Amino acid sequence: MPPTENTPTNPSPYETAGTTAPSTASASVAPSSSAPPAIEFKDVEKSFGSTTVLKNLNFTVAPGERVTLIGPSGSGKTTILRLVMTLEELTGGYIFVDGKPLTFEERDGKRVELPKKQTRAMTTRIGMVFQQFNLFPNMTVLDNIIEAPIHVLGKSKDEAVKEAKALLEKVGLGEKADAHPTRLSGGQQQRVAIARALAMSPEILLLDEVTSALDPELVGDVLAVLRDIAETTDITMLLVTHEMQFARDVSHRVMMFDGGQVLEEGTPDQIFNNPSHERTRSFLSSVL
Amino acid sequence: MIWNWEFAAEALPLLLRGFVNTLIATVVGTIIAAILGLIIAVAIRGLPRWINWLVRLIVAFIRNTPLVVQLIFVYYIFAGIPGLVDVPALVIGFIVIGIHYSTYMSESYRAGIDSVPPGQHEAATALSLPPVRTFTAVVLPQALRATIPSLGNYAVAMFKDTPFLFAISVVELVTSAQQFGAAKFAYTEAFTLAGIIFLLASYPTSLLIQRLDRRLATY
Ligand SMILES: Nc1ncnc2c1ncn2[C@@H]1O[C@H](COP(=O)(O)OP(=O)(O)OP(=O)(O)O)[C@@H](O)[C@H]1O
Ligand SMILES: [Mg+2]
Repeated sequence: MPPTENTPTNPSPYETAGTTAPSTASASVAPSSSAPPAIEFKDVEKSFGSTTVLKNLNFTVAPGERVTLIGPSGSGKTTILRLVMTLEELTGGYIFVDGKPLTFEERDGKRVELPKKQTRAMTTRIGMVFQQFNLFPNMTVLDNIIEAPIHVLGKSKDEAVKEAKALLEKVGLGEKADAHPTRLSGGQQQRVAIARALAMSPEILLLDEVTSALDPELVGDVLAVLRDIAETTDITMLLVTHEMQFARDVSHRVMMFDGGQVLEEGTPDQIFNNPSHERTRSFLSSVL
Repeated sequence: MIWNWEFAAEALPLLLRGFVNTLIATVVGTIIAAILGLIIAVAIRGLPRWINWLVRLIVAFIRNTPLVVQLIFVYYIFAGIPGLVDVPALVIGFIVIGIHYSTYMSESYRAGIDSVPPGQHEAATALSLPPVRTFTAVVLPQALRATIPSLGNYAVAMFKDTPFLFAISVVELVTSAQQFGAAKFAYTEAFTLAGIIFLLASYPTSLLIQRLDRRLATY
């Protein structure tokens, strides 16, 4: 066990091997809990101008649960993740994180937007890894990782650096702390991006096709890191991926989207081996 | 037209004294323009609509009137205000030049800020970075890489605009050449030397900016 395991203040997510996490990544039973859902969509509606992408969308994700969103291109998977990360404006309904409103709440029967600061306090619990990595090119790898822990969580530089280095070791990039992101391969950049998200000790991790921009030979390393996170932490994950074997292995639940609606959902086994909708079947045969 | 080395030798110290004013106006003017330009670029982005509109109007006004007119206008306004009569013309000069060029530099900053990809803002949001920190730590450093070469080009342009200072009786390089030429009837020597001094100062600067441009193009 690394010594940081016993540090009571600000444990890194990696070292706090979750007690509620399933013992294997392939657990197909969602953790049950009496706590409020990690994520709740209530009557969510999202439109871009006059195009409605999501309509009356309702679903919950339990704490520690790992949910994979699948569905044809344009079905709204990315939009859902971006709504949770507050990268898109919610045009209708509510999103709750840990039972608390994220961007809008109902007050006296009216839908009111929360102050930006309050929303930002909520998003500190949420991390996101992007398809295009989006590392800050003006900073070294280490500075990318310690930026938010220092300036958002108020950690000391020493502490942030120590945790960042431990995270870099975990993602197999201990040597690259002082490198600039542009000097790294796509796979390495993506692992830095994962470390950067983990440095904030998120309760929820959003992963949007994080291996889609990578050369095939680099996908494995990134997926290995994600499997490791799934196995050793109890971070709630909402992910979109075309790596069906990976989705099967790490998710508790798979939700099939079509036209902004949940067409069907179930355990990976149910959805992948025995889908009840013809559209799911044809979608799966197109990607598998 | 004949070249007189004696006149040339006599002219050189005078010209260099004028050149000091040229340099002061350029350097201080550049500093004012670079700072004010950034403030304008940020203000146009972040301020309420009516101030934003006012700033744009002022910027458009300054950009669309000649520098020499602005110099003379401000100089005579200052000359008419009792408490300000003693402000040296050179000070008025670099302030006006600085403000004039800040309107151009603000445009470079704006373009630089716009060139930062949306993914950078999204990553900052995903990390819950507050807006000010996002701007100073993520957006501005990246924007400056795109902006600095063009700020350098404006500094060189400003340098070449300093002869307008003669209009408010600042004796800079060209005015001192003019004065010497008139006194000794040695215009050839005086202006040839003035031209060479300009060239010696601005050509290496331009080369430096080009190299900087290439270096800043990649991380
Ligand atoms: N900024 C935007 N402006 C207008 N329309 C948008 C915008 N972003 C997404 N859309 C539309 O919303 C719909 C859902 O897009 P989204 O990216 O969520 O789909 P997706 O399921 O992630 O698809 P893919 O598998 O191709 O990534 C699409 O029809 C898309 O064109
Ligand atoms: Mg998508």
